[in-house]
Amino acid sequence: MPTTTIDGHVIHVDDEGFMTEYTEWSEPLGKALAAQIGIEMSDEHWKAIRFLRTDFADQGETATLRRVSVLGGIPTKQLFVLFPQKPAKKMAYVAGLPKPHGCV
Amino acid sequence: MRDLLILGGGTAGTMVANKLRKRLERDAWRVTVVDRDDVHPYQPGYLFLPFGGYTEQQVVRSRHAFIADGVDLVLGDVDRVRPEANTVTLTDGRTLPYDYLVIASGTTPRPDQTPGMLGTEWRRRIFDFYTLDGAKALAEALKRFDHGRLVVHVTEMPIKCPVAPLEFAFLAEAWLRQKGVRDRVELTYVTPLPGAFTQPVASAHLGSMLDERKIAVEPDFMVERIDEERKTLVSYDEREVPFDLLVTVPLNMGADFVARSGLGDELNYVPVDKHTMLSRKHDNIFALGDASDIPASKAGSVAHFSVEIFVENFLEHVAGLPMTGAFDGHANCFVESGDGKGLLIDFNYDTEPLPGKYPLPRIGPMDLLKETRANHLGKLAFRWVYWNVLLPGRPIPLPALMSMAGKETEPTTATQER
Repeated sequence: MPTTTIDGHVIHVDDEGFMTEYTEWSEPLGKALAAQIGIEMSDEHWKAIRFLRTDFADQGETATLRRVSVLGGIPTKQLFVLFPQKPAKKMAYVAGLPKPHGCV
Repeated sequence: MRDLLILGGGTAGTMVANKLRKRLERDAWRVTVVDRDDVHPYQPGYLFLPFGGYTEQQVVRSRHAFIADGVDLVLGDVDRVRPEANTVTLTDGRTLPYDYLVIASGTTPRPDQTPGMLGTEWRRRIFDFYTLDGAKALAEALKRFDHGRLVVHVTEMPIKCPVAPLEFAFLAEAWLRQKGVRDRVELTYVTPLPGAFTQPVASAHLGSMLDERKIAVEPDFMVERIDEERKTLVSYDEREVPFDLLVTVPLNMGADFVARSGLGDELNYVPVDKHTMLSRKHDNIFALGDASDIPASKAGSVAHFSVEIFVENFLEHVAGLPMTGAFDGHANCFVESGDGKGLLIDFNYDTEPLPGKYPLPRIGPMDLLKETRANHLGKLAFRWVYWNVLLPGRPIPLPALMSMAGKETEPTTATQER
């Protein structure tokens, strides 16, 4: 896997820039990743990202939008406001988790 | 006498009952299957019904016919599981005790979960094809459809048979062409995922299939509601896709009794260990097939391969031994692509679909990630295998765990889309 440097952090990423090592992530890095895609982190953004981090540690999978809405307590509509157009993908990117995918 | 109770007599439940009946001593174990009806559908066949490809008789049989002697089939609706008492109560008041419980109650399309889906246009302009009634109604609608906007839509992942909506789009495109009306129809594929293909190697090999067929793709579309008046899909971020005929895959959910019993996640799937399918909460409850939350495709092949691993594990578990088998998420799916051809994909938790040959390296006869006539014939032949070999629990000479033999790990012929 290639490495890249974001805001002084050296991280392992896949060819789309998604982090591949769960433990390399930190909140300052999350903030820098968000800035890369034009998002300035608010408390509400952090609520979603912290839920994703915790849920991944427990489940081993990136939470779906439904999971963030039902268990994380942020309505889907609001996730589209916080992370416009592609909330599932953008949240995974900022949280340093694998992006959502189908089987083919 | 110990009781093995299986909730659901579909692909997974029937295989478990038949395989374990042969392995568990009759004077020591009672095996019981509960289902709400005596109708066993061959669900892959639903895909062909809208195009007149199969008759109802070819895709539906009696559950009884496939459940071995020595297994009790109880018809009734499950009210709830009471894990603290090791019992299951049915809505008619009966109580069934268990020592070990297998939840194999599958997943069900729920059009009621999207506002406007189950309204005045349901089965008029809005259809599903994952139910027998839906597939039959859609066949009638397609006969009359000769121009306009045909939209194939996936509400939310996960869905069972995740390639089926793509197959439907390919088959519809070919069918419209054969009817001579293809140029009068706008065909659009609407998906909540970032694209029709999302895995790198599959995208590189197959990404152009939609372009070539002039099927427009609307990616990252999370439907919030259907505007019935304007016959339009509306997303959470206010995008709109109008339709004249909508073929949708509604939200899929596990059985409601799973939720009532406190055993489900946010979509009523039972959280289990992804290698053993043992409940994370209860040491005597397993969930198999589509009913569990394992991050594999909800598909008959996954049910089949995981049951093979489960059966050996179960015998160890009830003997007080550690379970030594570990399911790898192996799935193997035919993908119809129209004009009498099909693709085949073979993958697991860790390995994405790759090109190559299956099941025999270099020989095949199936080609992976490639459109061939042999793959289509394989898909058609599988219906016979399902009824006659798979459900009765007879051995199939295919390894349960995925094999890398026959797969090309460095695809050199891949052409990148755009």
